[in-house]
Amino acid sequence: MIVAERKPLAEIMEMVRDCSRILVLACRGCVTVCSAGGEREAEILASLIRLGLKKEGRTADVRVGSLVRQCDREYIEAIDQWQGQYDAIVSTACGVGVNFIANLRPDEHVYPALNTTFFGGSAEQGVWAEQCAGCGDCVLHLTGGLCPVARCAKSLMNGPCGGSVDGRCEIDPSVDCIWQMIYDRMGRLDRQEEMARTAPIRDWSAAGHGGPRKQVRADLTVNP
Amino acid sequence: MSFTPDIHLFSCHYTSQQGCALEGKELKELGFPDNIRLHRLVCTGKLEVTTLLKAFEEGADGVYVVGCPVSGCHNAQGSARAAKRVEAVRQALSELDVEPDRARMFHLERGLHPEFVDVAREMNRDIEKMGPSPFHD
Repeated sequence: MIVAERKPLAEIMEMVRDCSRILVLACRGCVTVCSAGGEREAEILASLIRLGLKKEGRTADVRVGSLVRQCDREYIEAIDQWQGQYDAIVSTACGVGVNFIANLRPDEHVYPALNTTFFGGSAEQGVWAEQCAGCGDCVLHLTGGLCPVARCAKSLMNGPCGGSVDGRCEIDPSVDCIWQMIYDRMGRLDRQEEMARTAPIRDWSAAGHGGPRKQVRADLTVNP
Repeated sequence: MSFTPDIHLFSCHYTSQQGCALEGKELKELGFPDNIRLHRLVCTGKLEVTTLLKAFEEGADGVYVVGCPVSGCHNAQGSARAAKRVEAVRQALSELDVEPDRARMFHLERGLHPEFVDVAREMNRDIEKMGPSPFHD
């Protein structure tokens, strides 16, 4: 899922300083699962915005809505149910959701309530960990299913580096060295000989260095 | 300038049960402040962050939660969960540059003990010192 966290309140209050009608718009997708921008978090944020404004001696009509997802055109249309009821949308979706609203609502103000942080999974209750960098050229079949691009601080393709100590990363000793984990896992799977291969120079063009990426599935498009 | 603060207490069924008996007669006799409004919950684990924030929106000068001891909650982890939600409110108050101590958590033994009244007085005294909530209209 996409993992995110709420921006500092001061930053959000600055965004809405001139608004008198605010729609805090939750997303029931990834950010609900990571407890950053679902309906509950949107209700909390709406309350905090009202309190922040009251403290400054101002009031605003701050209401809460939610969409199934904010990353699909069909769901964005549901914003029409609040038509005429807001000056600005404060989206608690990831950055994709904010972009979608901006793309499809050219005359409306939309602000991000979250900092979108990474693609990750739930490591334990209340803890999320980055697992994938969306690099566009997956190597997990070569590394026992563990990603060196996202989980090695240096994104090495032929680690571990000289800074790996007792299976920990030199950048942050609380982080496992992913190359140590890859090595151990490949050994357990009796695939250790694959580790002797020299990784070719990686082509990073699929990783977004050529600008925004787009994916087209001709079999799913409706236009000829 | 002295003022009488509006304080909301959210307490679990078990820590407030005897205090609420006889319509709170014994609580009053023990000196429980009249200006503290008691809201009973089946368990403080049921408490939502929005419940505490709503109290502030509606004019509370302070809110506090009384739940079971962390190691002896009737519902295992209810009061520990409540403490985390109170902490979330305290952090949000800090972000708004408001005294975090306007929201506090207490863990007390079940039943009516002097401490139940003591923390009410402590809360009342502290909020009196802080003055009215900055969220008042």
